[in-house]
Amino acid sequence: MKRKPVLRVSTKLLTPFILLFALYVQFHGDYGPGGGFQAGVIFASAFILYSLVFGLETAQRVLPAAIRRILLGSGVLIYAGTGIASILMGGNFLNYSVLAHDPLSGQHLGIMLIEFGVGTTVFAAMVIIFFTFAGQYRRGGPDGN
Amino acid sequence: MNIIDVVLLAMMVITALAVVRMRNLFAAVMLLGIFSLLSASLYALLDAVDVAFTEAAVGAGISTVLMLGTLALTGEREKKPHRPAWLPLVVVVVTGAALLYGTFDMPLYGDPNDPIHKHVADRYIERSGQEVGTPNIVTSVLASYRGFDTLGEVTVIFTAGVGVLALLGRGALSRRRRLNKEDDR
Repeated sequence: MKRKPVLRVSTKLLTPFILLFALYVQFHGDYGPGGGFQAGVIFASAFILYSLVFGLETAQRVLPAAIRRILLGSGVLIYAGTGIASILMGGNFLNYSVLAHDPLSGQHLGIMLIEFGVGTTVFAAMVIIFFTFAGQYRRGGPDGN
Repeated sequence: MNIIDVVLLAMMVITALAVVRMRNLFAAVMLLGIFSLLSASLYALLDAVDVAFTEAAVGAGISTVLMLGTLALTGEREKKPHRPAWLPLVVVVVTGAALLYGTFDMPLYGDPNDPIHKHVADRYIERSGQEVGTPNIVTSVLASYRGFDTLGEVTVIFTAGVGVLALLGRGALSRRRRLNKEDDR
């Protein structure tokens, strides 16, 4: 991809805006369409675009394997942890009303936390699946050789 | 049914037929992405913007990339079938006819007496403002009323990631090769 200046420049220009848009979808999901799931996919698509143009190794340097795996697990943990936290604060599992001083801001905080968890896991899963599939090709096919 | 619906549905049918006829898998993957985008527009017309958003991001975006990744491993052209496959055709026609027959029992789109509007939807629409407080009711249903379901969904995605890592990840491949070598001996 060394000789494709249009692709390289436009990817460099687009990537920050894709990431920003993903963050907007993530944190504006309470008010408009969107939420953690869509945001995670959009955030991952920025990384996928980057690795398609600049190569898998470059993208994997930005996001090493250990961090990808930690992110994959931590999203589910954030989600379930919010549920456990609401048990500890005296409510039912995933009843966010008890998380803050009044029910509505508790709900707001809880929804923000679990949407963040959803986004983290979806992002990590999409990136992991893509990197693993693309890594097969570089190794020369599913049987290795 | 207005003209936009008709045009969209007709284009979806044409795209689906083109995918079936196509022997070049690369073009078929691209057409499937277009099919996803068309269905996302259909969801947007049905006022299901959240679903449309997901369909556009996952169906048209991620799954196209994943299928292209798979094509890079397998090859771009479909093999010619040896003989016409009649049994699958019969199965598909019968199943399709049964599904079409099933749709005659479905309530009309937007019918207020639809069972789905009689169950808990009223409560979500009337009370979610006081109980959850987010302006987007879809978010309050997904994240708060049905929070446990969404936890399950996230666990499914987590499991998918772990499964791909376990089957194809770096450690898995070398382990399998080592096992194969031991079998050869």
